[in-house]
Amino acid sequence: MTEENDDIILSELNDEELVQQMMDDLYDGLREEIEEAVQILLDRGWAPYDVLTKSLVAGMTIVGHDFRDGILFVPEVLLAANAMKGGMAILKPLLAETGAPRMGKMVIGTVKGDIHDIGKNLVSMMMEGAGFEVVDLGINNPVENYIEAAQREEADIIGMSALLTTTMPYMKIVIDTMKEQGIREDFIILVGGAPLNEEFGRAIGADAYCRDAAVAVETAKEFMTRRHNQLAAH
Amino acid sequence: MTDSLTRLLSERDWLLADGATGTTLFNMGLELGEPPELWNTEHPDRIRRLYAGAVDAGSDLFLTNSFGGNASRLRLHKADSRVAELNRAAAELAREVADGSGRKVIVAGSIGPTGEIMSPMGTLTHEAAVAMFHEQAEALKDGGADVLWVETISAAEEFRAAAEAASLVDMPWCGTMSFDTAGRTMMGLTSAQLSSLVEKLPNPPVAYGANCGVGASDLLRTVTGFLASGSERPIIAKGNAGIPRFEAGHIHYNGTPDLMADYACLARDMGVRVIGGCCGTMPEHLRAMREALETRPRGNRPSLEVIAEHLGGFSSVSDGTDDAGPTRERRGRRRG
Repeated sequence: MTEENDDIILSELNDEELVQQMMDDLYDGLREEIEEAVQILLDRGWAPYDVLTKSLVAGMTIVGHDFRDGILFVPEVLLAANAMKGGMAILKPLLAETGAPRMGKMVIGTVKGDIHDIGKNLVSMMMEGAGFEVVDLGINNPVENYIEAAQREEADIIGMSALLTTTMPYMKIVIDTMKEQGIREDFIILVGGAPLNEEFGRAIGADAYCRDAAVAVETAKEFMTRRHNQLAAH
Repeated sequence: MTDSLTRLLSERDWLLADGATGTTLFNMGLELGEPPELWNTEHPDRIRRLYAGAVDAGSDLFLTNSFGGNASRLRLHKADSRVAELNRAAAELAREVADGSGRKVIVAGSIGPTGEIMSPMGTLTHEAAVAMFHEQAEALKDGGADVLWVETISAAEEFRAAAEAASLVDMPWCGTMSFDTAGRTMMGLTSAQLSSLVEKLPNPPVAYGANCGVGASDLLRTVTGFLASGSERPIIAKGNAGIPRFEAGHIHYNGTPDLMADYACLARDMGVRVIGGCCGTMPEHLRAMREALETRPRGNRPSLEVIAEHLGGFSSVSDGTDDAGPTRERRGRRRG
């Protein structure tokens, strides 16, 4: 990993080549290269939102697809997300300044009784990678945590995760409580975790079950689009 | 001196291991979020009952109630100062049940994952992981475990750290990983890679294999990967009793005792030496497995087709040990 082996000079690439290279560099988890490339695009006058969507989000989409398809696994995804994070750190203040459109906001946590958070952390990272804002509630969340945070943060999405077959039924308690309070339809509810399946997601009244972090991102995007369309129609 | 597991393996074709710990304890009233290890001192009678369930059903070997008994997991319950106490109690109760059974039953000291991601991807260093496993292993040894049983691991680094801890306490050990992601572990390890990892360790395990994962059929596909490595080392198969289903507010595993009996015999016919269950495997499953193993004649080594026919299809096309899996064409890589 020395500079001598690096025969690509990012600043010498044209925009199109540079974006292609960024996708490769994200795939390979090269954080410094991503930071450098983000800066180059900004210096060339790119809008921060375009840098985010056309290079980083596009690159992470490929990572997500290959994770979903069993080509990449957790270590590679962690490296890619780390590289993405480097780029995001540069873009975040600029995005806020320029009033770029929001992808959406998600509140996420493992449910009460469940302390297994690797899957949830992956979803968090991939969602951030896709440009979503993520409020991470951590592990072992009772129903009040989800509702309180989702309302406070004006979240679009609530994500619940469980690894244990013994804790997954708690997701239904959260959804039922929200129904009782008449706020179920205020949020998109996505559930995930190793023992779950689509049938389970339907049975408890979630909007969708997401098989893995990549699917979670795709599903979140899809529901956000529907949501925007619904709002536009009103 | 050979250890008792190696001795038993030399006397017998196959050994029946145990089934589910978590599922059984929740049925006994363990509350959501409560760490099962606390029951080793709070409710020793229930833990004895858990162990006796497996022993009475015919298990030759069972795991102690210490899966989450490392400092990293117990810290989440503010019980990380009790690692030694809880693990020792888990093994002592197990020793008592095993010794009272009237036959040779092996006590395997369960060691589960730390739940953290190891460096360089994550924050847990090799030294810290070894120290945590060492602390737990020492207590399981003190409590009278015959062998350490490292299970549900997904990272090679963590497997190595646990092996090192076994060597530090001078204990024989077994190790299994959970192959739950397109036939690989969560961290991307294939069955073939585990086989090769095992043989490179300075203190290889007495036996190695797979536990948990997806369903019984996937688990046996993983075993074919181990077999292909050509290793003579005994193989362990501890598969879930089918796949969990949510019905009427509760979780059920779709694997019936009959299915698990088929699974056990297929595993034996493949040459697996230690056969057990994992999540959802109750004493009634174990009993059916034991009976089938004792009464059904040995068959030919089953093909993947035969496995799928008996136990259901696989969760992914490939398990990463062949070239059948998906790939991505890369524009020339920058490095590597």
